[in-house]
Amino acid sequence: MILFIEQLLNGLQLGITLFLMSAGLTLVFGIMQVINLAHGSFYMIGAYVGATVAAATGSFLLAVLAALGAAGLAGMVVELVVLRQLYKRDHLDQVLATFGLIFFFNEMTRILWGKQPLFMDMPVWLKGNLELLPGLIYPVYRLAVIVVGIMVALLLWYLFSRTRLGMQIRAGASNRQMVAALGVNIRLLYTLVFGLGTLLAGLAGVMAGPIFAVESGMGESILILTFVVIVIGGIGSVRGAVIGALLVGLVDTLGRAFLPTLFRTFLSSATADSAGASLASMSIYILMAAVLIWKPRGLFPSHQ
Amino acid sequence: MSETLSKTVLIAGGGICFCLLPWAAVLWGEHYLISLFTRILIYALAAVSLDLLIGYGGLISLGHAAFVGIGGYVTAIFFHHSFAGEPLAGLIPGSENALLVWPLAVLAAAGCALLIGSLSLRTSGMHFIMITLAFAQMLYYFAVGLEKYGGDDGLSLYSRNQLAGMDLGSDMQFYFVCLFFLALFLFLADRLVKSRFGLVLRGASSSSRRINALGIPGRNYKLVCFVIGGAGAGLAGALLVNQTEYVSPGLLHWTMSGELMVMVLLGGLGTLFGPVLGAAVYLLLEETLAMYTEHWMVYLGPILIIVVLFAKRGLFGLLTIRE
Repeated sequence: MILFIEQLLNGLQLGITLFLMSAGLTLVFGIMQVINLAHGSFYMIGAYVGATVAAATGSFLLAVLAALGAAGLAGMVVELVVLRQLYKRDHLDQVLATFGLIFFFNEMTRILWGKQPLFMDMPVWLKGNLELLPGLIYPVYRLAVIVVGIMVALLLWYLFSRTRLGMQIRAGASNRQMVAALGVNIRLLYTLVFGLGTLLAGLAGVMAGPIFAVESGMGESILILTFVVIVIGGIGSVRGAVIGALLVGLVDTLGRAFLPTLFRTFLSSATADSAGASLASMSIYILMAAVLIWKPRGLFPSHQ
Repeated sequence: MSETLSKTVLIAGGGICFCLLPWAAVLWGEHYLISLFTRILIYALAAVSLDLLIGYGGLISLGHAAFVGIGGYVTAIFFHHSFAGEPLAGLIPGSENALLVWPLAVLAAAGCALLIGSLSLRTSGMHFIMITLAFAQMLYYFAVGLEKYGGDDGLSLYSRNQLAGMDLGSDMQFYFVCLFFLALFLFLADRLVKSRFGLVLRGASSSSRRINALGIPGRNYKLVCFVIGGAGAGLAGALLVNQTEYVSPGLLHWTMSGELMVMVLLGGLGTLFGPVLGAAVYLLLEETLAMYTEHWMVYLGPILIIVVLFAKRGLFGLLTIRE
């Protein structure tokens, strides 16, 4: 039982990371109708910049701020230079151009930081463990990640449903021409939304820094999970991103933790381990296929 | 020069170059050119099969590498069991016979394409791109999990398949086998897109609503197109594994799908012959940039973006179409 709750928390934490990635990306997809493969690169930029600043200054908060700034800024520059040319193009052009961006960013980090992965230290004040329940000891850092994620989700909800900017963004998603005709600077709005999305990706990256190795190409594995989340949740829906991210995080983590044990009840242990592990890594794609058969436009399709 | 004439000249010229290339390589003493161009032929086959999907069916699949990988793994697994003398699953004996294994590789790839296609075609647009990508990635993890066949590290073969009357181990003969299959696939694909089938397919990709209103099940045509594309990629996979005598999950990785897509666009979308040119230019560019710098990707990325933004019709279009 303790093990189960622990894995549940791990799944929640992966879900939060995926939410930070997919919230921004689903908006870019939904509002600008642009498919962006390079979103993982901003996750990577966040992690690299965060790790570098943390190593140089020793301050985790500074590292987070620098990562947010770098990812958001890089995002806005990319939007201005490349993405802006792609809004009127078809999806194929968008896929290829952003694929080129991935090549560029991955190799750039290799030039700037070398091939060896970086390791980021956990801040001292978040080190250590907390006893949540009798017998359930959980790292403080991972709890902090979960709390930050929930706070961001609330903040986004407030931004979209309670502020003028959020209203304009939602309006831009349903009818671009009309919003522009009403005098809203839609180009600036797009740049801001894109920057917000990459900023969130950067936050996910810097928070993942102390948990995973920071290396070139780290953005791609999380990017594909993010796609699965968006397909499950429905393109353009932040609510869908929340639900999709939690589903994918939980299914993936719990599958990895328990499928091999489950298989051991009727298979020899070596076969069970490999079969369980490989089924576990396929489980989220099976989940996606199932959702797709049931609801081809995702769980929460945006109205278009 | 009229458009069709310049096209014919270009295709014929390209064909002659490909036929003469190995002799020229022997003459210059640059034997590695033969294996480099064999690789180009095989990637061209995969790219042409993808062009069938993207250029004619309007199906932007970002998971085409999956079918290359399936073709490759089927070939490798049969080889492995034949080499080890241990039947597959205790029942099916392995085989090194190309005439048996390659059709099986093609069938397996086509079967998977049918399955993935029928699920993915429930959606369209952006969803389709992400779903094909996700399915390909699922198969990638499946391949990583194949501990028996090397898992992450992949599987080495000890020679190429056997083909009656030929020695595939000879680079020269293998080159011509690949050239034959590329030419055959191009011929069949060209016939296909010019037939009624191709007409319906293009109609369905530009306006599926109109095709459906005519009482034609457009989605079924797209599915058949997806399966044929998958079959072509499966053949490419079987050939690629034979060339390198090695298979690994890397064959199914999504960057492979992306690279194939780049080749199609670079050469010219919906031209069939363009992707051959695209594959040649891409692989040669990669080879050349890699000679000068270890960080060639940093140049390739922006080159790609520039091609996408400014050379919409690809190289083939640039060379044949007159304003």
